[in-house]
Amino acid sequence: MLDFIVRRLIAIVPVLTVVAVFVFLMLRLTPGDPAAVIAGDNATSDQIDDIRAKLGLNEPLWTQFAIWISSILQGDFGESYFFKKTVAELIAQRVEPTLALATCTLIFAVSVSVPVGVLAAYRQGSMFDRVVMGFSVLGFSVPGFVIGYCLIYVFAIELGWLPVQGYTRIGVNFWGFLERMVLPSLTLSVGFIALISRITRASVLEVLNEDYIRTARAKGLSNRVVLMRHALRNAAVPILTVIGLGIAILIGGAVITESVFGLPGLGRLTVEAVLSRDFPTIQTVILMFSVVYVVINLLIDISYTLFDPRIRY
Amino acid sequence: MRVMRRTIAALAAGAILAAAGPATAQNKVLRFVQNGNLTILDPIWTTAYVTRNHGYLIYDTLFASDESNAVKPQMVDKHEVSPDKTVWTFTLRDGLEWHDGKPVTSEDCIASIQRWGKRDAMGLKLMDFVKELKAVDAKTFQIVLKEPYGLVLDSLGKPSSNVPFMMPKAVAETDPFKQIDSQIGSGPFIYQKNESKPGEKHVYLKNPKYKPRSEAPSGLAGGKVAKVDRVEIIEMPDTQQQVNALIAGEIDLLEQPPHDLIPVLKAEKGVQLVDWNPLGHQFVIRFNHVVKPFDNPKIRMAALLAMRQEDYLKATVGEPAYYKVCSAAFVCGTPNAFEAPNGLLIKPDFENAKALLKEAGYDGTPIVLMQSTTLPVLTNTAPVTKSLLEQAGFKVDMQSMDWQTLVTRRTKKDPPNAGGWNVFHTFSVAADILNPISDSYMVAQGDKSWFGWPTDPEMEKLRDAYAKETDPAKAKALAGAVQARAIETAQYGWIGQWYGPGAARTNVTGWLKAPVPVMWNIEKK
Repeated sequence: MLDFIVRRLIAIVPVLTVVAVFVFLMLRLTPGDPAAVIAGDNATSDQIDDIRAKLGLNEPLWTQFAIWISSILQGDFGESYFFKKTVAELIAQRVEPTLALATCTLIFAVSVSVPVGVLAAYRQGSMFDRVVMGFSVLGFSVPGFVIGYCLIYVFAIELGWLPVQGYTRIGVNFWGFLERMVLPSLTLSVGFIALISRITRASVLEVLNEDYIRTARAKGLSNRVVLMRHALRNAAVPILTVIGLGIAILIGGAVITESVFGLPGLGRLTVEAVLSRDFPTIQTVILMFSVVYVVINLLIDISYTLFDPRIRY
Repeated sequence: MRVMRRTIAALAAGAILAAAGPATAQNKVLRFVQNGNLTILDPIWTTAYVTRNHGYLIYDTLFASDESNAVKPQMVDKHEVSPDKTVWTFTLRDGLEWHDGKPVTSEDCIASIQRWGKRDAMGLKLMDFVKELKAVDAKTFQIVLKEPYGLVLDSLGKPSSNVPFMMPKAVAETDPFKQIDSQIGSGPFIYQKNESKPGEKHVYLKNPKYKPRSEAPSGLAGGKVAKVDRVEIIEMPDTQQQVNALIAGEIDLLEQPPHDLIPVLKAEKGVQLVDWNPLGHQFVIRFNHVVKPFDNPKIRMAALLAMRQEDYLKATVGEPAYYKVCSAAFVCGTPNAFEAPNGLLIKPDFENAKALLKEAGYDGTPIVLMQSTTLPVLTNTAPVTKSLLEQAGFKVDMQSMDWQTLVTRRTKKDPPNAGGWNVFHTFSVAADILNPISDSYMVAQGDKSWFGWPTDPEMEKLRDAYAKETDPAKAKALAGAVQARAIETAQYGWIGQWYGPGAARTNVTGWLKAPVPVMWNIEKK
């Protein structure tokens, strides 16, 4: 197991190297010049050239890349061109809302989608099954921002039960935090619920046709025990895999959801940085998302051993 | 039932706010949403309007323009000019203090003017005429000119970006191409760095030591009396959400909702629209003078002959109440407004345009028109231009891109097929373009000009003459001559004025009419 973890951690290095090169080149080779953005609308070409020189953007690409990589290896992620803060400070300020949103979404999505998926499999072909599958198609198809606006209209504008936007830090006011998390988490959960419930249904259906399930039933075990102990546990591996892959959806969804609900998280920071061509911030945030994605999937791989004793690393 | 639900929700919200702490417990917190995120806090380093607005909260100015655009003293108590009009002496008001309690001195003001004078177009022009900035004593300083300059007060009272805000000397000595670190000003509000979180909110507390002028507030001039204890600038990127938050009472002021959402706000009882910026804005079409075919004035004129302001205004603003067809470069309703001749920009003359194109030998090469798709108010301008230019006989290649890509590409002087451009649109706050010096589109100094780089020594002679003229009547005539010259050479096109009201909750009063949304004088009941 330890060998496996070490090997996987070492494998992160080439992944991150590819991501770093890709992000760096993508930013430099696509149109957009931070110096022009900084200089503002009334600046002359000379003023823009001055700013470009001060930011080091006139250096050859490989020099810029080498400076950036060597800084990162020393733990220095650079300073944002615009915020007058280090990127590390910026990320530290913005990480809580994103972490909170992702956690609430995951908890809500998993606690809804897994039971619903299991039940849909158990009642295959029933009205419940059809409704669940219909909703999952809808959940995939409707964009997150549309769901967000609909929820806001109903629960914030019409009913006035929940706030329209904003974020309260958990340490400042817990209830304020919760009430501002409900609508964004619900919005971001919809696609996730659709995905996990479909996979859960398919996995459980496959397991339900196995011989050992028939044996368990023949032993006189209750439906609940058969479903929860024998079927779901054996169906867990593909479900966990999908949850791991879904982290990418979560990250992408957070960008939109945070913008719609005015959450000051990393998703919004990414959008702001991209729109203003804040190279140090974009590069670091994307690298960080890559690390998070790889590490979570490593944890998911490790968790397989808890559900399926046949899996050993 | 709905009213009851809202009442219960309001009571619940009140309870939550009360639990949130003393800062929000009082009903004197003004929550304001601007058109854009406030990321840069140095109003000299950037021209961004959100940063300018931040500047007006924490800094003060020597002079300021009132509601009728007349320049009035602000930090200055008295000023005089020598008979030969080359020595201006300014004496500061008593009791001016920085937020850290130190007194505002002449040295601070001199350093501030010098830093601003290295970045701002009007500041640069003023500094061309300045021989020396001299402190006479702690409260008195002089601007000594090489020769008379007609825009000394207009420059120091410039209302919009970059505004000559006064900063402590140590701060103002920062390289103008680097951002300042300190947010200490002498204005009516104090920035709370510890409570402010970029991307979330910026917090300002009333400056208890601020001594407002005794005059009633008017525009950006007069007494700046803070009537709320705390201002919070809330960062909210989504315009639909801004409107939702205002309707729900989560914010108090919205700088400028998009025109398509104004009907939604009009229908809400708890919301009022406020025309805080009566001068409005002006759309501009900008030609690239250094590459074909717009290096040819006849071809530029052919393009201007095809323009019809109403088409642009209908396509972008829609509601006639919020736009004005106006052929004056220096904004209708202001002292330097002159109508353009022969219905230019109002009524297109496609036949003459075609004839001019033929005479100029236009070879049918497509014009590269850059369209910004991320600034909603500009998005529809380019398709209108494409249609009008095509009716005049041009071939147009409209290329869509985000605004940041556009602002990068517009710096390129290469031909369009090598990454350059021929024409694009932008807009200005009217307060920025009220005279030939502050209006950067009028500069015609080649490489030193704004993007498009027109060169026209005759235009520069007229602008210089305007700058030196101290007689208002003669200066006005010169402004007219500048506009006429811009038309003669088809330097650029001004293609309509538009207005965007702000929106506020109905319990908010006192939003002053000015080119900038200012937070003093506003009361929340």
